[in-house]
Amino acid sequence: MSLTNEHIKARLLERFGDAVTELVEPSGMLTFTVARDQNLKVLNFLNDEQDLAFRFLTDLTAVHYPDRKDEELCVVYHLHNLVANVRVRMKAYAPVAQPDVYTATGLFSAANWMERETYDFYGINFVGHPNLKRVLNVDEMDYFPMRKEFPLEDQTRIDKDDEMFGRG
Amino acid sequence: MSEHNHIRLPEGSIGKTTTTLNLGPTHPATHGVFQNILELDGERIVAAEATVGYIHRAFEKIAERRPLYQITTLTDRLNYCSSPINNMGWHLTCEKLLGVTTPKRVDYLRVIVMELARITDHLVCTSIVGVDAGAFTGFLYVMQYRELVYEIYEEICGARLTTNMGRVGGFERNFSQAVWDKLERFLEEYPKAQKELEALLTRNRIFYERTRGTGSITADRALNYGFTGPNLRATGVDYDVRVHEPYSSYQDFDFQIPVGKTGDNYDRFMVRTEEIWQSLSIIRQAYRKIQDFKGSEADVYHADVPEYYLPEKQDVYTKMEALIWHFKIVMGETDIPPGEVYQAVEGGNGELGFYLISDGGRAPYRLHFRRPCFIYYQAYEEIIKGSMLSDAIITMSSLNLIAGEMDA
Repeated sequence: MSLTNEHIKARLLERFGDAVTELVEPSGMLTFTVARDQNLKVLNFLNDEQDLAFRFLTDLTAVHYPDRKDEELCVVYHLHNLVANVRVRMKAYAPVAQPDVYTATGLFSAANWMERETYDFYGINFVGHPNLKRVLNVDEMDYFPMRKEFPLEDQTRIDKDDEMFGRG
Repeated sequence: MSEHNHIRLPEGSIGKTTTTLNLGPTHPATHGVFQNILELDGERIVAAEATVGYIHRAFEKIAERRPLYQITTLTDRLNYCSSPINNMGWHLTCEKLLGVTTPKRVDYLRVIVMELARITDHLVCTSIVGVDAGAFTGFLYVMQYRELVYEIYEEICGARLTTNMGRVGGFERNFSQAVWDKLERFLEEYPKAQKELEALLTRNRIFYERTRGTGSITADRALNYGFTGPNLRATGVDYDVRVHEPYSSYQDFDFQIPVGKTGDNYDRFMVRTEEIWQSLSIIRQAYRKIQDFKGSEADVYHADVPEYYLPEKQDVYTKMEALIWHFKIVMGETDIPPGEVYQAVEGGNGELGFYLISDGGRAPYRLHFRRPCFIYYQAYEEIIKGSMLSDAIITMSSLNLIAGEMDA
């Protein structure tokens, strides 16, 4: 039996109901959003159920959406069922004022540095992480550089006319 | 008797039974910028702490302000031992977002370049394992063939190390006869050098003793740690992106995925060695397939995507429209469509993933690189704990850590 997106969808909705939302399939990969306090439960569910068995954490990262009120930060998990060769993408939104999300280090050792990296760049506080400190940036850094409020170039500089270059 | 107070030792150092050794960040044994703080009991490692980030260059942040073609140059600098794979992976990501399908000949040309890159990546790693076990000769012997591959890159794109090769939809120009001549020379001569390297190492008693049973990891732990690529296959898991999610027409080729058993340094070495032979076979198959294209098909080297494929260079220099068009693409005047894609390719070290979110602007809204090195290096502390210092160094080289890829 091959694992289909419909089956995963049905299983998730049956178990978690309204906590799983925004089910879409960009480029064929099932993508869904879970409530922030349910992320670990969903990860455990996807990991433990024999017919789902998403036991490989491919990637963990975050995205910053400053315009989304009270859910500015989005933690993105890419999970892979290596046997059935199916991938899913799971998202959990957190407010920038208190970005607490449960850690996945208990399930995946791989999550350790990935969460440290995500903390380093976005300031997501992974609750329960054994060693949540910066990994790529210097320890003394007091801001989270990948957030959108830190533009690469000073947007207000007036000594350069960038209109021709599509930089507005 | 006067007091010997001219030597001052740190507090508590007399009673201490272990030694703290600060290995790196720049140390010949670390093959790059890594720092390992080791707690040693004699020569045995009791605890280790790895520190990374010494060459972090904020590529993901920079990419949020760069149009597609300006990001290709960033990908070069991830795993610089196999830059073309990164370039192709990035272009495949763009093509997935833009919905571009490439002609078969382009796919096969890409396969040739990617497999050449894989060979150079693996031959550096396997010969460096030899160097760390005390055999410098093999390294120098195969290195001349890496030079030959770099010459092939040079004929294709003009660059050697940071290649910036290819375009969205294909290549900037067709492969010249010089490419094919050099490729034939490589296919003819390289296997002999590779055999010499294997004759030097695979059954060598010293190498055998140094690598077997050291730096091993079980399949279970490796999967839990997110291992991919040769390091995962050395533990016995046959996961290969080329087979599981074929890109660039890998499904048209007949090749095997070598797997190991114990996940130790020797298995990692052997898996990479065998992969070199598989890559050679893939290159031969692709070359044969390319020779089968006849007529106008034999000159195809890019897909028809005028919005993103840069105009021919001679047109850019002589025609006004082509020049404007070139300028618009390079400077990011053409917006990319909104979307969210994840594209993985089998890099030299494992699954190299590109997670791209576009909001419809000129540059990605978010671009994340899944760097295999960064993910599996966190297992290093666990792998080397309890082993000898010299084994830790050989483990580091057999894991094939590339600082550029790890720190992005």
